[in-house]
Amino acid sequence: MTVAAAFEIRFTRYLLPDGREAADLPTFAADPRALVPDYRAMVFMRALDAKAVAMQRTGQIGTYASTLGKEAVDAGIGGVLRKEDVLLPSYRESGVLMLRGVSPHRTLLYWGGDERGNVFPESPRDFPFNVPIGTQLPHAAGVAYAMKLRREPRVALVMCGDGATSKGDFYEALNAAGVWQLPMVVVAVNNQYAISVPRHLQSKAKTLAQKAIAAGVDCEQLDGNDLIAVRDAVGRAVEKARTGGGPTLLEALTYRLSDHTTADDATRYRSAEEVAEQWKQEPILRLRTWLHAKGAWSQAEEQALAKQAAGHVQKMVQAYLETPPPGPEQMFEHLYARLPRQYAVQLARLAEETERDVEHHAG
Amino acid sequence: MSNITLVEAINLALARAMEDDESVVVLGEDVGLNGGVFRATAGLQQRFGPERVADTPLAEGLIAGMAVGMAAEGLRPVAEIQFAGFAYTTIDQMLNHAGRLRHRTQGRLSCPMVLRTPCGAGIHAPEHHSESPEAMFAHIPGIRVVYPSSPSRAYGLLLAAIQDPDPVVFLEPSRLYRRFKEEVEDDGTPLPLDKAFVAREGTDVTFVAWGAMLREALDAAEELAAEGLFAEVIDLATLKPIDFDTVLASVKKTGRCVVITEAPRTCSLASEISANVSEQALLSLLAPVERVTGFDTVTPMFRLEERYMPDAARIAAAARKVMEYQ
Repeated sequence: MTVAAAFEIRFTRYLLPDGREAADLPTFAADPRALVPDYRAMVFMRALDAKAVAMQRTGQIGTYASTLGKEAVDAGIGGVLRKEDVLLPSYRESGVLMLRGVSPHRTLLYWGGDERGNVFPESPRDFPFNVPIGTQLPHAAGVAYAMKLRREPRVALVMCGDGATSKGDFYEALNAAGVWQLPMVVVAVNNQYAISVPRHLQSKAKTLAQKAIAAGVDCEQLDGNDLIAVRDAVGRAVEKARTGGGPTLLEALTYRLSDHTTADDATRYRSAEEVAEQWKQEPILRLRTWLHAKGAWSQAEEQALAKQAAGHVQKMVQAYLETPPPGPEQMFEHLYARLPRQYAVQLARLAEETERDVEHHAG
Repeated sequence: MSNITLVEAINLALARAMEDDESVVVLGEDVGLNGGVFRATAGLQQRFGPERVADTPLAEGLIAGMAVGMAAEGLRPVAEIQFAGFAYTTIDQMLNHAGRLRHRTQGRLSCPMVLRTPCGAGIHAPEHHSESPEAMFAHIPGIRVVYPSSPSRAYGLLLAAIQDPDPVVFLEPSRLYRRFKEEVEDDGTPLPLDKAFVAREGTDVTFVAWGAMLREALDAAEELAAEGLFAEVIDLATLKPIDFDTVLASVKKTGRCVVITEAPRTCSLASEISANVSEQALLSLLAPVERVTGFDTVTPMFRLEERYMPDAARIAAAARKVMEYQ
């Protein structure tokens, strides 16, 4: 027997969990101050996330999917994508959307049960939050196909979790992207759990990145808690896609420090020791430690940022609470470009029932 | 004007749409050099190039999902699923995304795509090649379902489907692909969607049919005319949303209604139409609405398909039955 083909999966990490450097830094990190905006964004994300969880607990929004622990992934991607690129998020990507310019009060609207949470006037080509696992990957292939057909130097970046890599959609889209060499980047955010199912029950594969090898697509693994690694790997993949080099699958290793959603109780399936261990790896402390060590960030700046973040969160909450609730007719709005006349009867019935209920409550 | 078959009319409409609008792209399995297994896309790749007429990897869910992405990004994809029996994995995309994208982004993104698939029995095809999933698609909010019954309808309705700003599932009666020819003018004129057509006027009973069943209904009407019983035949054409105005106007005139579909009976479109006619035209009805449908069985393999599909004789028998009520 001879070797028909051999492969290796490369792993990228620049910052160790304690903030020390593990490798020579890429040029964009030569001036540590250049990464301060990313750090600030990560702190904003965490503050918004904590508030969203609290708002669910007090009944101000519905079930919410926390972003706790993946701030480096979100900030790295958000920092690299250009305005003209298209982001196709799963439901846990409100951090990236914030960096796309989407006002975070829309995230509250979305989890507050309002379709207007998916209206992104600030980034109008981006896709809405995607709940059916992995179904956004074929969309990304379609978006990337359109970009390539029109010879546009743009990129479709699609995000999914570790669970999604078990779905046919994931492989089908990667396979198609490989065949047509589409300008598509897939970031599989491996946070170790698909609700309660741990990574080792999801796949026997040693890495999730290697799933791209079957499709002939470039792939690599990176430390998703290391902002510099995310920026570097995503930056290289996006640039390659933009310049005609084809698709890439990136597996970002991180850990879901929260429950799956506010409706989940992760203590049912993982130990406090395991979670405590993972807190030592978390991305914000890691970056801050490094910035401090480089003299690029001070205690005073940290205190000012915390205050700023709290103020920003309050503004977002206010914007959410001040959004008037949708009228019942919203169910029919935008269902079609022009509502077919056949819907008139149902629409009239809804209006009639609404009016009756209003009168009933008034009376 | 040329005298062409239904599948040639599909091909003509696709070529016309691609010629008139460069955002129209065709994708699917074997649609390129091979021209599709039924030759619906024959010659298109040679004419418009492999980027606009793309052979996809063999994955129907991918085809539908890519079409969603392409449409949201400004193309007008026309995706082919080789047979309706393989279209079930597309329902995830059509239901969760194609039909929802405009609404869930409140008009920010839209999905002007067409999902074409040959549909129905009667061509002696292998297992899984003869299904009629029309009701499954018609149940999906936010999309249209269109089903032509002749070459001229196929041409005009497909053009309309491609131009429509919302997703359309376009079901093509494979049994009629080469059954007969019709004069079709390749003038780029679409037919209206959401509208039924009166295919034959009559006074005694209304037949509502679509796709391959329209031919059977017309044959039954011809047979009954010899007996002095005059059936009005409605070609539903758009299965979602249904043009009940046309159906009800006819039933109010005739007082009797027979709905015909080759799909299984339970939860069929025939059931939906029957319910609506009963709700909205009860006082005009002289007899209960009859449904002539396929059985609630799996679509049989072809040795039994003639026994499965409704035909003119079954339709005529149903008409005679509703005429018994005076």
